[in-house]
Amino acid sequence: MPKTIVQEFTKGLWQELPPFRLVLGLCPVLGVTTSMENGLGMGIATTFVLVGSNLLISMLRSVIPQKVRIACFIIIIAAFVTIVELLMQAYTYPLYLKLGVFIPLIVVNCIVLGRAEAFAYKNKISSSMADGLGIGIGFTMSLGALGAVRELLGHGSVTVWGDFSYNLLSAFPSFQPFSFMVQAPGAFICLGLMLCLINAIGD
Amino acid sequence: MGYFELIISCIFVNNILLAQFLGNCPFLGTSKKMETAVGMGMAVIFVLVMAGTITWLVYTFILVKFGLVYLRTIAFIVIIASLVQFVEMFLKKSIPALYAGLGIFLPLITTNCAVMGVCVLNIDKEFTFLQALVASLFYAVGFGLALVLFAGLRERILLARVPRPLQDTSIALITAGMISLAFFAFQGMV
Repeated sequence: MPKTIVQEFTKGLWQELPPFRLVLGLCPVLGVTTSMENGLGMGIATTFVLVGSNLLISMLRSVIPQKVRIACFIIIIAAFVTIVELLMQAYTYPLYLKLGVFIPLIVVNCIVLGRAEAFAYKNKISSSMADGLGIGIGFTMSLGALGAVRELLGHGSVTVWGDFSYNLLSAFPSFQPFSFMVQAPGAFICLGLMLCLINAIGD
Repeated sequence: MGYFELIISCIFVNNILLAQFLGNCPFLGTSKKMETAVGMGMAVIFVLVMAGTITWLVYTFILVKFGLVYLRTIAFIVIIASLVQFVEMFLKKSIPALYAGLGIFLPLITTNCAVMGVCVLNIDKEFTFLQALVASLFYAVGFGLALVLFAGLRERILLARVPRPLQDTSIALITAGMISLAFFAFQGMV
């Protein structure tokens, strides 16, 4: 039975939630989640690329020859990544500097290429867009959640976006932030524990 | 920075996998067996040295010269993809033994962020040609080292009794965190 557009959208939010259900595209997940703001910014940039590339690949799916499809996908994705890079340089320059090398690396993010190959190349435009948006929002939520946990434990406070922030120290004055969480080893361990939690909750 | 410091920094301090988080998909995907880990490590060393130098040359002598710097992302990914394809065809024809050894890992390298990442880092850090060459080689060596170390641990974990929710990727990530912690100790060296 073909799925409805709503189902294509909502599957990205839990059933196929990246990066926990689809263990793909881990590099930005580990690299940029030192704070919640970075995580959300990266998630939004990836969502834009996902929706754009899914839309274009789905539109061109009868034109792209089977044999060179991967090369075509990569060039389409790279074009959208360049758009994001230029947009971020123009409007959110500080965030662009913080995310650094991870913005051009959206090109080689397995999630984007994986959705192009597994979904957009075989499906209608509307469901491809729903799929891209769902997976993208799921990815953004995961990155935001991981960033929030790491920032909260590592710095004792979390900046959601702009000036809006929450300070754990005001609620628990005796809490000692442990900077381990915002450094490299903390990223791996925190992601591993969150994956364990998601597995334990299950379907 | 001298070359010795650069080498130490690329292998240990700024290890591409454990400190910069690039190339994690193949890291988790190919580290279940020692054999595949060695194959992937070799393939990455081979391709990264070529990709790092060629992208540096293209960036410096074509993109910068003609004011096309904004095309960097597209240019680099096209270079890497075609390079991987070319290396694959060349090895198949001339060194079949090595080709059989690297096997499936060669095509996978196109989407390995470590390769693309090092090419971008070489440019961002404004390395000279020789520095870019050395950095590419030793970043790749660091990648191989981390991968082989990790594969050794992971083969052991297969025999251990791990609680169900922690199985597979979850325990692998936590193990990677422990190795990362060990590499973290090199932080003050350079």
